[in-house]
Amino acid sequence: MSVILEARNIVRDYHVPGSFLKKAKTVHAVKGVSFQVEKGKTLAIVGESGCGKSTLGRILTLIDPATSGDLLIEGNKVDIAKGDLTPEMRRKVQIVFQNPYGSLNPRQKIGDILTEPLVINTKTPADERRDRAMTLLKKVGLEEKHYNRYPHMFSGGQRQRVAIARALMLNPKLLVLDEPVSALDLSVQAQVLNLLADLQDEFQLTYVFISHDLSVVRYIADEVMVMYFGEAVEYGSRDEVFADPKHSYTKTLFAATPRADVDSIRARLAKKKAA
Amino acid sequence: MALLEIENLVVEFETASGPFRAVNGVSMKVHEGEVLAIVGESGSGKSVSMLAAMGLLPWTAKVTADKLTFNGRDLLAMPASERRKIIGKDIAMIFQEPVASLNPCFTVGFQIEEVLRVHMGLDKAARRKRAIELFQAVGIADPAERLGSYPHQMSGGQCQRVMIAIAIACNPKLLIADEPTTALDVTIQKQILDLLMKLQADHGMGLIMITHNMGVVAETADRVVVQYKGRKMEEADVLTLFENPKSNYTRALLAALPDNATGDRLPTISELFVDDQVEGAAR
Repeated sequence: MSVILEARNIVRDYHVPGSFLKKAKTVHAVKGVSFQVEKGKTLAIVGESGCGKSTLGRILTLIDPATSGDLLIEGNKVDIAKGDLTPEMRRKVQIVFQNPYGSLNPRQKIGDILTEPLVINTKTPADERRDRAMTLLKKVGLEEKHYNRYPHMFSGGQRQRVAIARALMLNPKLLVLDEPVSALDLSVQAQVLNLLADLQDEFQLTYVFISHDLSVVRYIADEVMVMYFGEAVEYGSRDEVFADPKHSYTKTLFAATPRADVDSIRARLAKKKAA
Repeated sequence: MALLEIENLVVEFETASGPFRAVNGVSMKVHEGEVLAIVGESGSGKSVSMLAAMGLLPWTAKVTADKLTFNGRDLLAMPASERRKIIGKDIAMIFQEPVASLNPCFTVGFQIEEVLRVHMGLDKAARRKRAIELFQAVGIADPAERLGSYPHQMSGGQCQRVMIAIAIACNPKLLIADEPTTALDVTIQKQILDLLMKLQADHGMGLIMITHNMGVVAETADRVVVQYKGRKMEEADVLTLFENPKSNYTRALLAALPDNATGDRLPTISELFVDDQVEGAAR
């Protein structure tokens, strides 16, 4: 198996400038995180808001540079602060954002949203761009007639499908999914997760799946990394992490996740009756 | 006697393409000291039916019901001024987005004291004392200090605690929590749910939990109403619902939980559940 993505000791600091009354301070958002993802696998990054998981996602997607540390994509070191970001690099990694209501431009038609990455990053002629957009629309479970519609005409799940199609337009190797289903209903969530699984099989995609929902992570991930205040406190295969969490934060996280099985309901009701 | 009784509630909104029926004949009862969960996806009318009971819908909504009573008093027949005395005092509501539902222009202390002034008629010193008590009850550290904070200076979890403090300020008989933890992290969600359950048990309130999270239902509810497209699909006590769901929709909803996944694809609702109405329209 080939390693698609490798991160070595990634650090990201944000400098908050000081003012007359306030001292400048540095926020350490990501404090030295290392991991590897193999081709066709899914790494889930779990943590609560403010733990640096989205910052890490932005670094992996080559949106923000890391303060220090190495990022290797298919074995090539990339440092966008040094200007390593070529259109070829950009085509390898794409992202799907959390909120499909905010990540699609309301004034662009679906067709324009889908073809824009090609316009920017490639010299594909217009008719090929259109063909590719049509193909992907069907791949993600939409129809050709949706090409000329605007985002507001779609439901949340359909919009997330459009966002996924847009991310796939450049034929990426790696897809960063930043909480792709947390804004969706349960039934739609199941559909989108299935779609992601189908696409992974078909295109041999590698996923970095950022989430705070452990039940989703357990279902989709091959490997799991738990982040807490910018550090990776737990990293291992899914079965290892779920069967035997080592760090106290991971245990807290598991304990806090509501359980929807009959035994835990029985236990709760019995406890309530006793009280 | 039931605290809140709703029979055959219908809510319609006037739209450009004719009336839209958001709630279609829903009935339910909540007793004192009982936790009722209303489950459904977005668009199932679960929030709208509760907003209708609270009388908080805009004028475009047409609310009709065979019966809509609180503590035996007809909510639809009473004048608005009467109703306002009940709402916020005896029936209180916690909204989904804690940060958005607090007024950013006023301190949280002002907002909690407003409720105490309007409904309880307390004087300034008593209001402040009660506000500090309430902040302590919901677990806000440094309550006296925090009264002077604005919502943006607090985290999402803290704002939700403030919302809960405001809601329980007048010792309501019925508390309606509309997706109280959807915007929060799981660890914070656990704290808020524990807090709500503790307050509910301490005060013997009736509690309605509106949620789409089956885990939250399993952790909190005594009885569950499942809604879909404005209709009630099923009502059962929590154990029966999870063990032996009657309606196909509930079964599909439970099967779509990633926790229950077997194999490498999740069953989706559309595979398991065929909506008769949609089917009928297609034919």
